[in-house]
Amino acid sequence: MLRVEGLHSGYGRIEALHGIDLDVAAGEIVALIGANGAGKTTLLGTLCGSPRATKGRVLLDGADITRLPTHRIARMGLAHCPEGRHIFPRMSVLENLQMGAAFGDPRHFAGDLERVLALFPRLGERLHQRGGTLSGGEQQMLAIGRALMSRPRLLLLDEPSLGLAPLVVRQIFELVARINRDEKMTVFLVEQNAFHALKLAHRAHVMVNGRITLSGSGADLLSNREIRAHYLEGGAA
Amino acid sequence: MEYFLQQLINGITLGAIYGLIAIGYTMVYGIIGMINFAHGDIYMLGAFFALIAYLAATTMGGGSVAFGLMAALLATMLFTSLWGWAVERLAYRPLRGAPRLAPLISAIGMSIVLQNFTQLTQGARVKPLQPVIHGGVTLLKANGFAVSLSWLQITIVLVTVALMLVFTWVITRTPLGRAQRATEQDMKMAALLGVNVDRVISTTFVIGAALASVAGLMVTLYYGVIDFYIGFLAGIKAFTAAVLGGIGSLPGAMLGGLAIGLIEALWSGYFSIEYKDVAAFSILVLVLLFRPSGLLGRPEVEKI
Repeated sequence: MLRVEGLHSGYGRIEALHGIDLDVAAGEIVALIGANGAGKTTLLGTLCGSPRATKGRVLLDGADITRLPTHRIARMGLAHCPEGRHIFPRMSVLENLQMGAAFGDPRHFAGDLERVLALFPRLGERLHQRGGTLSGGEQQMLAIGRALMSRPRLLLLDEPSLGLAPLVVRQIFELVARINRDEKMTVFLVEQNAFHALKLAHRAHVMVNGRITLSGSGADLLSNREIRAHYLEGGAA
Repeated sequence: MEYFLQQLINGITLGAIYGLIAIGYTMVYGIIGMINFAHGDIYMLGAFFALIAYLAATTMGGGSVAFGLMAALLATMLFTSLWGWAVERLAYRPLRGAPRLAPLISAIGMSIVLQNFTQLTQGARVKPLQPVIHGGVTLLKANGFAVSLSWLQITIVLVTVALMLVFTWVITRTPLGRAQRATEQDMKMAALLGVNVDRVISTTFVIGAALASVAGLMVTLYYGVIDFYIGFLAGIKAFTAAVLGGIGSLPGAMLGGLAIGLIEALWSGYFSIEYKDVAAFSILVLVLLFRPSGLLGRPEVEKI
């Protein structure tokens, strides 16, 4: 589904990614873990065309999307839930969801809305409330729901657990698992919360300073001693 | 009392015109955080296109006023929008992502270009237009003073109200308006959802220019004279209206326009006409002292 080949990217003269290779197959959850500043968010941004890749290629189902403008990439079925959720604060929950479906077939809207509200019943209760007044967890649900409204081929999640209470984090991860299982949604997940991410993911990569240093199945990485020492100290959340 | 009523009517008419221009300032500021100083000159172009189209249409259409006005309205909206679009494309889009000062200076440059272009091609002398819509109604007559409401004033206010209703409907209810608001609130996220941000910004300039062009047509009819320099003061006034109402807020621009129109008309009615601009700007200073984000503006607080 998604194939990244020798990707370099950065900001101005500072290179943040030094040749990333990875692929995500249809139906998988692939996680990318790593410390602050490793380049995880930069990678997701580069997949969507901002910042631009300086070298290498991004292929979505075989089509080269490396040089396409961001909105074209989005319309090809790459839905990105960025770090910090980026809910439109002065639009209602419904309008936020409508924005997700803005470029889909309008005939799907009613059915898709019903599906998303079934996944996130809380959003249904707050349909006409402004996005900016939701709690952090609700905003995260809205961000994922909005992404699903576009019927993406691939869902990119950047730090969905950021700033949320442990109980809410668990809820969000359970929902991601459910979306993957019930809707066959392919997910590429970037997380600092390595424990949850590795438990959820079929496969995972570890990123250090703009390079992928370790790859394997979620379970393998979870039991890897080095990973445990670096990313899981303090134990399970 | 009768005198007050008369000034009220004049003020509302003037305020409607300012409000239409102010929307262009506030929309552009809302979406790219830039003061489009060429907007007043876009309005001036609107007045010229309206005048030219009106004269051409009445000549060809055998002097029919209704046909002439319709033609002037459509032609000025079309051509002025095209200019608004071109100004953004040529002078602002290449500077997207540059420091904020750069597009601001580019806008001032564009303003000078438009003024000089009009002066060169149309001449520097004022262009008169004979009154087109005559007559009106006398509302009341008392103490030897008649309060009159001209058909033209009624037309101006009705057209403005109709345009504002359509415009508000577009912004709040249609997919285009939703994309516009989404881009205004979070440009990056809008692009990630498939919104073509550049096109939305172009549309914003086109809508602003179209509304300003209608203001240009109405001023041509109301005052009967235009020249290449009318954009400057009207632009500053409309900008003041936008700031007074709360820059970035659409209802604020309409309210601010009305407020500036009323202040001007009432001040010229009771005090001195020479100081009407001073009055308008003084009120702006006073309001900003107590409400720095304007009447309907919201303070910039970002929730992280």
